[in-house]
Amino acid sequence: MEFSELIKTATVESVLLSCAGQPAVKGTLCITSHHLLLSSCPGGDGQPSAVELWLLIRNVDAVEKRLVLSHRPVPPSVPSSMGVIPRCHPGTAEPPLPPLPRGPRQWALTSSSPPCPRVQNVGWYQPPRSSGSPRDNRLAGSSGTITLRCKDLKVLQLEIPGMEECLNIASSIEALSSVDSVMMMYPFFHRPQSLRLEEGWPLLPVEQYFQQLALQTTQWRLSDVNRDFAVCPTYPPAVIVPAAVSEETLRRAARFRQGGRFPVLSYYHSRNGTVMLRSGQPLTGPNRKRCAEDEMLLGSVLDDGERGFIIDTRSAQAAKQARMTGGGTEPKSSYPQWKRLHRPLERGRPLQESFIKLVEACNDASLGMDRWLGRLESCRWLSHVKAALSTACLAAQCLDREESSVLVHGAEGTDTTLLVTALAQLILEPGCRTLKGFQGLLEREWIQAGHPFHLRCAHSAYSHARLKQEAPLFLLFLDCVWQLSRQFPFSLEFSEGLLLTLFDNAYASDYGTFLCNNEKERCLCKVKESTHSLWAWLDQPEERKKYLNPLYSPNPLVIWPSVEPQSIQLWQGLFFRWIRSSQYLDEAWAEIWRLVEGSNTAVKESTESRLSRSLSDPTAPTENER
Amino acid sequence: MVYRWLFFGRKNVRTLRIITFLCQNVGTVRIVLPQVENVRLLDRLSSRKAAVGTLYLTATHVIFVENGSETRKETWVLHSQISSIEKQATTATGCPLLIRCKNFQVIQLVIPQERDCHDVYISLIRLARPVKYEELYCFSFNPKLDKEEREKGWKLVNLSEEYNRMGIPNSYWQISDVNREYGVCDSYPTEVYVPKSATAHIIVGSSKFRSRRRFPALSYYCKDNNASICRSSQPLSGFSARCLEDEQMLQAIRKANPGSDFIYVVDTRPKLNAMANRAAGKGYENEDNYSNIKFQFIGIENIHVMRNSLQKMLEVCEMKSPSMSDFLWGLENSGWLKHIKAIMDAGIFIAKAVAEEGVSVLVHCSDGWDRTAQVCSVASLLLDPHYRTMKGFMVLIEKDWVSFGHKFNHRYGNLDGDPKEISPVIDQFIECVWQLMEQFPCAFEFNERFLIHIQHHIYSCQFGNFLCNSQKERRELKIQERTYSLWAHLWKNRADYLNPLYRPDHRQIWGTLHPQMAPCNFLYKFWSGMYNRFEKGLHPRQSVTDYLMAVKEETQQLEEELAVLGERLANLQKLQLNGNKVKSKQQDRSKELALSASSNSLANTPQEYSNDLKSFPSRSPSQGDEEDSALILTQDNLKSSDPDLSANSDQESGVEDLSCRSPSAGGCLPSEDSGKDSDEAVCLAV
Repeated sequence: MEFSELIKTATVESVLLSCAGQPAVKGTLCITSHHLLLSSCPGGDGQPSAVELWLLIRNVDAVEKRLVLSHRPVPPSVPSSMGVIPRCHPGTAEPPLPPLPRGPRQWALTSSSPPCPRVQNVGWYQPPRSSGSPRDNRLAGSSGTITLRCKDLKVLQLEIPGMEECLNIASSIEALSSVDSVMMMYPFFHRPQSLRLEEGWPLLPVEQYFQQLALQTTQWRLSDVNRDFAVCPTYPPAVIVPAAVSEETLRRAARFRQGGRFPVLSYYHSRNGTVMLRSGQPLTGPNRKRCAEDEMLLGSVLDDGERGFIIDTRSAQAAKQARMTGGGTEPKSSYPQWKRLHRPLERGRPLQESFIKLVEACNDASLGMDRWLGRLESCRWLSHVKAALSTACLAAQCLDREESSVLVHGAEGTDTTLLVTALAQLILEPGCRTLKGFQGLLEREWIQAGHPFHLRCAHSAYSHARLKQEAPLFLLFLDCVWQLSRQFPFSLEFSEGLLLTLFDNAYASDYGTFLCNNEKERCLCKVKESTHSLWAWLDQPEERKKYLNPLYSPNPLVIWPSVEPQSIQLWQGLFFRWIRSSQYLDEAWAEIWRLVEGSNTAVKESTESRLSRSLSDPTAPTENER
Repeated sequence: MVYRWLFFGRKNVRTLRIITFLCQNVGTVRIVLPQVENVRLLDRLSSRKAAVGTLYLTATHVIFVENGSETRKETWVLHSQISSIEKQATTATGCPLLIRCKNFQVIQLVIPQERDCHDVYISLIRLARPVKYEELYCFSFNPKLDKEEREKGWKLVNLSEEYNRMGIPNSYWQISDVNREYGVCDSYPTEVYVPKSATAHIIVGSSKFRSRRRFPALSYYCKDNNASICRSSQPLSGFSARCLEDEQMLQAIRKANPGSDFIYVVDTRPKLNAMANRAAGKGYENEDNYSNIKFQFIGIENIHVMRNSLQKMLEVCEMKSPSMSDFLWGLENSGWLKHIKAIMDAGIFIAKAVAEEGVSVLVHCSDGWDRTAQVCSVASLLLDPHYRTMKGFMVLIEKDWVSFGHKFNHRYGNLDGDPKEISPVIDQFIECVWQLMEQFPCAFEFNERFLIHIQHHIYSCQFGNFLCNSQKERRELKIQERTYSLWAHLWKNRADYLNPLYRPDHRQIWGTLHPQMAPCNFLYKFWSGMYNRFEKGLHPRQSVTDYLMAVKEETQQLEEELAVLGERLANLQKLQLNGNKVKSKQQDRSKELALSASSNSLANTPQEYSNDLKSFPSRSPSQGDEEDSALILTQDNLKSSDPDLSANSDQESGVEDLSCRSPSAGGCLPSEDSGKDSDEAVCLAV
């Protein structure tokens, strides 16, 4: 496949770009194989044209076309100025950027509908304005508006002169944004000058973690039983397992776990030597099968008389039902030392729908204060945040307070399981709360642990495409981390900015870090050889500073968050990022930086400069030397 | 700070002595049972964290002192803060007593003997509902200031200075003595500012046509464009009545703003309510009768709706382990945030009319002392950066609330009265300010704690500022001679109330604030810092404000020190030697700052994330558990009646000690300052 085949029209002049909160700009629109560019017209005084938009086409979640047969001015962008009692703006016939309706609409063609040759027939005829501008006679000057709804939740509007161009552009964007082949994606083409390809790819994060652990205990060993991904396709080649358990036992235990995800070590709690394991569900099935090796594997984690907890992220009912389809849960009789706790966490389609509903509600400008909270409730997103945090806290509590080891699993063990294990580590382990440590945590507990990013993040909240396996688990995780950062503003080294960047990159990225579903696929696609790592980009000093928390001071303690509803807040920085100006909050953030830097660097610098000034020979000529 | 340090060691001894002393001096009210042993204090968030201790009833406070533990946690509650006492059905463990406070503290006690519980209940009922002003705390409260200091305190906020600051009197506005001796309107101040062209005849005539004779008077004047905000009560227009003088009065207001050819008349009530009033011979202005007015309704509900709304919201706050849905539905059903938004919208409308259109506004509701006060003060706050400073905010409350006869006594139930008169009117205004602070974090000189303490003292009756219903009553009671001013108290402790992000040269503080309007989704948030104020477990565990304040001070100190050292350096001849010293000192200091921030960063215990864990035989509590619970105990000191305690002893966030301001305080424990409160109690008993 050639990209050029998908691009029907490569450039269009005089395209008007508008997005909420910013003045509209006119310029030349350009489609390349991976980007949408808009450069504003040179001012005529020989000024260089400025690039106003540089959008990764992969970031486009939904394309909507609207054809207008009479020439009319583009609706103004959402006014950000001070309004009064909400009432209709006299100049606009319709609210700007109307909320996106789900389902068919008379005039909106969405990417899910097949390309329609008779599109003009359903074009939206602008009724003649009763007041204001006289009707434009030049029907030939008809144009179209394309609304691009992006995966990072941004919404852009392009007003394109010429109906054919508009249709071509829209279908080109649709085609390019739905290219599903990993190897065709932009990270394989992105070559930033400041980075070298092999930089920043974490060298064996599991192995590194094991090295730390080996200094404290000899009970665990690094196993390469999954060397060629033969035992478990979604595990990395190296996993940490009890030292006493043989490779053969692991192989057999893997056959008893969904997806071959046998219990492996996720976290070693150095304060008391307890561990957190994760796995897939046991395949007990309707006949209540047992597996001696699996029992032995889990048994070897606990000493005689010790008890452990199994945190199942499904309800007891759902776990029981899973037996009908070959899954199930650990029966008390076979695992006498383990106590099972069920903490149902939402995943899959209901979670994706919750995300979609929340984004819709946030975009619904017509919602009054009297209905907003009810709407927020009906999205259930905050309930999911609360449930995820509570479950992670429970796991952390078992480890730290009850001094018991914990096994976490749901069904596949690639979604809610990772959500819980990653969050619990952030709560317990100060090392995970640094920028570096957090990257390591993400690498180990999400990327290497086989969270299927490619499937889960294929579409974001705007897409009209039929939902397949999309689910915003990673976003839910980031939201929970944000809640922690709000409750413990000094304890995380990174800022909200990092969480936003991670969200953006998980859905559409220049970098290879979040590509594919697991290590095996990444090896096949040669991701590490052919793409750049996001971490390398973030670790550059000038980038890194953007993601640091000025208030950070290392906190050696466990950070127990409150999970009361009063303490859980909607993440405005994400959900209102493109809807509402955050100017005043940004200013406050800059002010915090100024204060903190004032105390650290400015004083230090001034000391040094003063010192050097006074130390240098006062008679020597320093200034204005000619 | 040093002062608080002094009391740290001796606290326990002092408190007990004071309590015994207080118990003997209960004054006119007979306390049946001044002391009950083995009382349990329950924690809403965790049933496991009940504390056992002794309950004392004194003339002014209910005091719970916990047994045993090293820290001897104390909880002090002023009688005037008690809003309701509920005796619940006796259980096997004792008789539960639920005390709800006006500052949103909820205290759940279990008293072993039913008879004791009843005695406590009976005493508290009486103590919480004083019938005479003289019974209130402020008449016995003595912060050890002499007469001169007291008078100085009352002069801190001066309204005629404030009108001068606005540029008044000028060629359009003047001070009128028509209400001298409260002859025209007894709920207005004696000094009223009116348009120059409004003669005494017009004012008196207009006052006769207004509810409770509250004629249009100036609240705020914008000297840049001559636009003004005036306030009054509703006109007695009924279905058709007119009043020439009142029409002339509005004309005079319009003429005082020569740049504009009309004025807005804003009725802050819902239209339906206003229309209903017409039947009672009251109502609203008819646009046909008044030339050049634009009439506008803004639907803010009445005090009864607001009282019920708050009640519903507090029920949500009190729920035991609510789900997210319970909470959000409950909050929505209470309608509280909707009402907050209505008040904000009204303020924004007026601010916009004044600042952007240059049009004067007359605001009224029914009597012009509740919604009108809210709306005028919100508008002033948006318009004028001065009101966003600490001093300016005090002036604003003095101007729009105290002087214009907001009925503090009735609304906040200081004396036993009609429960239907009680309504959280000023609470709503204070919340509006907080909502603005959330949207404009750099625009206010003061912080959230300042608002919380003002709210607390509106109910505490510890200071005389908010007593009675009008200036007239306050003068008759000689409040200024017999009590102290809150403003002086807050001003003295202003370091605690500063917003570190406020910088006079910052862009955000200039001019009018333009709050966002749409979409209103999540613009207005639940204020857990106020309504769940005493449940520290719910709040961010580390205070950014305090940390930044400490950083700011540290920086300042360093800079000063540097300046001194720099001078010295210049004077010294052996430059090299001195230079090294300074360098190393600088490093030490920054290390200290980092260290103190981290060593106290926080300690907290997990909530009950699971009930299942209890049934599982777990090992004996680890050492760590005990350490942490000890820390938790100390933070419960916050549940004391004086809000200043919570200001300074948040040990969980642990950064407060930075504010000890002594360069060597880095590694010290945070100061414990119940001593301060005890001290006040001593004074009162003397």
